[in-house]
Amino acid sequence: MTDLIQASLKELSSALAQKKISSVELTTLFLDRIEQHNPTLNAFVTVDRDKTLAAAQAADAKIGAGGMKCPAAGTAELSPLCGIPLAHKDIFCADGWRTTCGSKMLANFIAPYSAHVVDQLNAAGMVMLGKCNMDEFAMGSSNESSFFGPVKNPWDTGCVPGGSSGGSAAAIAARLAPAATGTDTGGSIRQPAALCGLTGLKPTYGVVSRYGMIAFASSLDQGGPMAKSAEDCALLLNAMAGFDPRDSTSLERPAEDYARDLDKPLDGLRIGLPREFFGAGMDDGVRVAVEVALAEYRKLGATTVDIDLPNSSLSVPAYYVIAPAEASSNLSRFDGVRYGHRAPDYTDLNDMYAKSRAQGFGDEVKRRILIGTYVLSHGYYDAYYLKAQKIRRLIAADFQVAFKSCDVIMGPTAPSVAFRFGEKSADPVQMYLSDIYTIAVNLAGLPGMSIPCGFDRDLPVGLQIVGPWFGEARMLNVAHRYQQATDWHTRMPEAMK
Amino acid sequence: MSLSLDDVSRIARLARIEISPAEAERTRDQLNGILSFVEQLQAVNTDGIAPLAHAVDVVQRLRPDAVTESDHRAAFQAIAPETEAGLYLVPKVIE
Amino acid sequence: MTWEVVIGLETHAQLQTKSKIFSGASVAFGAEPNRQACAVDIALPGVLPVLNREAVVCAIRFGLAVGAEIAPRSIFARKNYFYPDLPKGYQISQFETPVVLGGGLTIHVGEHEKFVHLTRAHLEEDAGKSLHEDFHGKTGIDLNRAGTPLLEIVTEPDMCSSAEAVAYAKALHSLVTWIGICDGNMQEGSFRCDANVSVRRPGAPLGTRREIKNLNSFRFLQQAIDYEIQWQINEIEEGRKIQQATVLFDPDTGETRSMRSKEDAHDYRYFPDPDLLPLEIRPEWIAEVKAGMPELPQALQHRFQSAYGLSAYDSATLAATRDTASYYENTVLAAGSANAKLCANWVMGEVSARVNRDGLDIAAIPLAPPLLAGMVQRVADGTLSSKLAKEVFEALWNGEGKDADAIIEARGLKQVSDASAIEPLIDEVLAANQKSVEEFRAGKDKAFNALVGQIMKASKGKANPQQVNDLLRKKLSG
Repeated sequence: MTDLIQASLKELSSALAQKKISSVELTTLFLDRIEQHNPTLNAFVTVDRDKTLAAAQAADAKIGAGGMKCPAAGTAELSPLCGIPLAHKDIFCADGWRTTCGSKMLANFIAPYSAHVVDQLNAAGMVMLGKCNMDEFAMGSSNESSFFGPVKNPWDTGCVPGGSSGGSAAAIAARLAPAATGTDTGGSIRQPAALCGLTGLKPTYGVVSRYGMIAFASSLDQGGPMAKSAEDCALLLNAMAGFDPRDSTSLERPAEDYARDLDKPLDGLRIGLPREFFGAGMDDGVRVAVEVALAEYRKLGATTVDIDLPNSSLSVPAYYVIAPAEASSNLSRFDGVRYGHRAPDYTDLNDMYAKSRAQGFGDEVKRRILIGTYVLSHGYYDAYYLKAQKIRRLIAADFQVAFKSCDVIMGPTAPSVAFRFGEKSADPVQMYLSDIYTIAVNLAGLPGMSIPCGFDRDLPVGLQIVGPWFGEARMLNVAHRYQQATDWHTRMPEAMK
Repeated sequence: MSLSLDDVSRIARLARIEISPAEAERTRDQLNGILSFVEQLQAVNTDGIAPLAHAVDVVQRLRPDAVTESDHRAAFQAIAPETEAGLYLVPKVIE
Repeated sequence: MTWEVVIGLETHAQLQTKSKIFSGASVAFGAEPNRQACAVDIALPGVLPVLNREAVVCAIRFGLAVGAEIAPRSIFARKNYFYPDLPKGYQISQFETPVVLGGGLTIHVGEHEKFVHLTRAHLEEDAGKSLHEDFHGKTGIDLNRAGTPLLEIVTEPDMCSSAEAVAYAKALHSLVTWIGICDGNMQEGSFRCDANVSVRRPGAPLGTRREIKNLNSFRFLQQAIDYEIQWQINEIEEGRKIQQATVLFDPDTGETRSMRSKEDAHDYRYFPDPDLLPLEIRPEWIAEVKAGMPELPQALQHRFQSAYGLSAYDSATLAATRDTASYYENTVLAAGSANAKLCANWVMGEVSARVNRDGLDIAAIPLAPPLLAGMVQRVADGTLSSKLAKEVFEALWNGEGKDADAIIEARGLKQVSDASAIEPLIDEVLAANQKSVEEFRAGKDKAFNALVGQIMKASKGKANPQQVNDLLRKKLSG
């Protein structure tokens, strides 16, 4: 059993193809683990055993019939992912499934359609294990803002798993799912991946369709894979990525095989190290782990070069203007008229709106809506929103300059390992600074990933890899070669064995 | 720039979020905390810099003018708080 | 003391597309509530807008028709406000960079001609409808209209009377239907105007304006503006100040009143919609749209005058709609341009009368232009008298006979101009009417006309009247 929960997607794929195990058996294994551990971890908000097993049966039938279309690769072969279970962050609408976005507002919302990502993974034959807990509307870095209660970090249940894709991260870390989807607006895939010892990838903005992914900040949101290894992420991204005519920001590009370069040697790789990411503010244990990882990269043939991202310190404040502004508008549709929470008692229409929204949204969401409303309001737009958009250009331009002297950028994903519940939740700004290394990447629309690179005080440390636009295949190669040489990504919490 | 309780209530009204008097002060303090944090943007010289709305510089793709959607009213209204005769019902709107 | 009136109009023209501006739902009018409201239109969580190409084509056509600048890059923005018929809590519109800038329209009020400048025209989505009939004290929301493409056309405050405002609205209505971007159906709300009205003393700075929303007939536009002007003047004369406001016109009372729901809607928090990218319109695209544009009404009127020698009045009448103009022009093409004036008389006369009487669409009447042309030619060459032409027209209208010649032949309506056929008739009539002959010879001219009448009657109307005149005069003087 340990074999199967530790197996890579490739290994699971071949076990399924060779009929060593059926999708139903494999899925049952994970459903049982969810049943056993979820009461402790709270990683899943919705599990539907019958629906999941029906999907597994369908996958078995496809494997038995031996041939189906894999939409990502455009071939007539069976998708390598067929029959493999995965969990979805509860931000992705899935037809007939409750889709809550971690909010009371949508606590009873049964989605009447599926997100593009869900459609793509279903078409590949992947089996949905359930919907993962998350910070409410993806606003948070600790999973403490979920209406359904916080998710516990499987490495230490007194600690946060990170956020906002904390449920997805905890589920994989505890081996309740071999893989999961996440979304990343300011670090929501990479930071929980780092805090839970996983590999997570936020693709270039526009590579994965946002259709059916409940919007937080439209110009920053991007879905991506979370799994144990870079190789797993590459296979998942093959199925998740691709042009979607329903998303105006989805990019029309030829399909690519993100696994194509996994094994390429790293000789000559130039790794840029932003001085700004190695200054004060990072825990010593994190610094040590990252430096050991960089030493490993040098052994693998890479060279490191110091670079500057002079405006990176402005990324968090710029983000906390832009993201709340977009969110305040995106979340206006939750008004209690067509779906979602409606207050039981009200005096008139405006009272119905104000009460439904006050009751349906949690504190952090309300705070961000209010900030966003304010920065867009008459007389303040130029000083806040327009100013932040200009600074966004400066931040993005820094990366363009940096990539002239390096192929990828590396640094810590988060300034510390997983922190304890309540440690940062009293002060919103302290919480926002958890994403200090990840946010600039979203502002610049770049791909970024986090891979496990060691431990500090028995908690995982994440190494962040940032690439130029559409640099995913190269980044996965860079991560994969490291994972061939190290075993951090194979570690799992003792208590979950 | 620091928000007053009146500012908070004006913003809350625009955002259609009820804030009880008990929450008002705490909300004001938290919003002011965030605003003073983002205040550092004001010190940056952005003369001549164009705002950046999307990181990747592409233009709007256009959809051919074709009807591609069919009627899903029953499914959509199954999740609605209140409907009648195919309409969504809301408290009386006074124009 | 005199007052000066300043009026600007904002017109919402629903664009003639098949699907909505940002979704693939149908825009057909009259469906059951919410059956044409798809996931995007009802703003389910996670859905996204994608722009309809045809809506942009409509905007380009309009820009070309009013001589405006078409922005090479324009931006969609969100206009944020809460209203139950606005499912997203914001309307996707254009704010700082609209697709059409400037341009204008020439209007005529009586003899007076005026150029009304346009500020801009921008693309946006329509809202749904709130149905206020009583659902147990609640309002019903129908989102079928939500997402219907609109072009909002904004004028400068160039008009100074309700008559000018109506003339502008009519000219604009005629133009948008002419270029095929709007069906112009005002009852169904396809073309609706908001009027910004203010008054001031001559030479004084602009007064505070009030905006009258949603005027969906020219008559209401006139009544509402007239009422509003008088109301504002009264207020000021009684020492009160005008407050900026959005008002509704009540056709039953003929009065305007403030809208309660708009009281706090003044902070729309516009910002660029991050779900949409900049709309790029390249010169090649504009050229392509231009190539497919119909000739515009003014150009057509000038051409009718110069090429066919029509009067300004006739040209304007025939160019009132694209279908009438094209019916006329096809008739002239078949009848020959020498007969252009005769064609104009028939199209403006008999054809228009019947089209109006029966409420028909001139493009679809059974009397096709070549049939009318065939008849006009027989009038021109003298085969058919004007009187009998009406009979032939009636028959053609009713679909009898394959063309005018066949009807003339079948009914023997051919005009008789042959002297040898007319002379016996004259002799017959003279023999039977000796008394009239004597009276004529005694100097009574009236008697001559009576004789002509008798001869025409004897010929069953077919004799050429001029010929009868000449021959009779010869006989009587002989």
